[in-house]
Amino acid sequence: MSTLHAALAIARKDLRIEWRHKTALLTATLFAILVLLIFVFARDPASVPLAAIAPSVLWVTLALSALVALNRAFLLEREHSALEGILLAPVARQAIFWGKWLANLAFVLTVQAIAFPLWILFFNVTPSLALIAVAGVAVLAAIGFTAVGTLFSAMAVRTRFAELLLPVLLLPFMIPPVFAASEATLRLLAGRPMGELWGWLRLLALYDLAFLVLANLLFPVVVDE
Amino acid sequence: MMGDAAPLVLARGVERKFGPVVALRGVDLQLTAGEVVLLLGPNGAGKSTLLRCIAGLARPTRGTILVAGRDVHSDPLARAGLGLLSHHAFVYDDLTARENLRFAAALHGLDGVEARVQDALEAVGLMRWADTTVAGFSRGTLQRLAIARSTLHHPALLLLDEPFTGLDAAAAAELRHRIAADRTAGRAVICVTHEPGEAWLPATRVVVLLAGRLVLDLPRPDSLEEFRVTYARAIAS
Repeated sequence: MSTLHAALAIARKDLRIEWRHKTALLTATLFAILVLLIFVFARDPASVPLAAIAPSVLWVTLALSALVALNRAFLLEREHSALEGILLAPVARQAIFWGKWLANLAFVLTVQAIAFPLWILFFNVTPSLALIAVAGVAVLAAIGFTAVGTLFSAMAVRTRFAELLLPVLLLPFMIPPVFAASEATLRLLAGRPMGELWGWLRLLALYDLAFLVLANLLFPVVVDE
Repeated sequence: MMGDAAPLVLARGVERKFGPVVALRGVDLQLTAGEVVLLLGPNGAGKSTLLRCIAGLARPTRGTILVAGRDVHSDPLARAGLGLLSHHAFVYDDLTARENLRFAAALHGLDGVEARVQDALEAVGLMRWADTTVAGFSRGTLQRLAIARSTLHHPALLLLDEPFTGLDAAAAAELRHRIAADRTAGRAVICVTHEPGEAWLPATRVVVLLAGRLVLDLPRPDSLEEFRVTYARAIAS
């Protein structure tokens, strides 16, 4: 069976399970809403205008809610040692990575799609075409940190403290894309010329490429006993 | 023990360590189609580790394992004709029995998925629970589903690790019948058990592991009672 077909089968299975209960989706979405609300109410309105912190808040929210989403990626493979059932199949180990990554990406993008309009609403962001570009930046950033998250999630799940270990492993690797995406968002919302954006977008694209390749290479080592 | 046919499993000098613990010490094992091997030994002898190594789930620290002539750890195709029934069912609580089997069939790239799934469910008597999510299954029902999952693709090599656990008398008899049928169909079976009587009749060969070493490898004797004496002596030595 080809890697692509196996990856799609794994992604479909993950999404079917999530769709059936929506537990992780609801948790991650609720978490995103709470983070947004905390930032809205915790700031001093007299000294910190909403517009000044909006780009940073968006990325803190999306990164943290993605973390909640990624935590579940391999936890469901723990029950009845289901991951070993996949490892027994005549498919390359990489197919498991790509399948899990696809499902995680779909999941993270869904959470982002729900959190994004709420961010616009809570932070009085003026609707404009720039928001479409910001959404594009969100997709670009999600591709990379979901790849890292999928790899680390597979590592963490073999430990007794998977839920605690994943944030510790993943957050340092989320800093580059979150920083780049936040800078790009700031410039997009301020209507700055595209020339100022390319550097950040290139950084995001490079991060995506590097970690997709690395995760693909390292994944078999991570899942093999 | 081997026949003239090409070996289905060829393990050479297999050693497996878990940190300082040596689970397998230079195990050599050869298995041809149509053989049903009872793999015996006391707790911690390395039986399950050997089975996991043959299945490609654990990588030997030293030595090689070929399944159907392919390295089971580096060549995914080596796993195409291999089924493992383990202590775990390899299924998802939130999927139904049918959905779990469909997923397994998709991973094996099988044709005629619906018919195969239906046959597998019927073979283990799970039609009543076919569209029920696994979360509510009893231990025995889960084991039936695990049997269906491990045999869905009609593997040429079936690895069974304590397969009778949780099965009632009827299901255990059905499994023994299945092992015998596999032997007749030219498939090979390795069955790990603590109680040789559970799969004595369909067995063709008995292998005993002790502290990670293969200490006994002989054709299945006619008398189970005589073998129990030999087995006890092997362990005592």
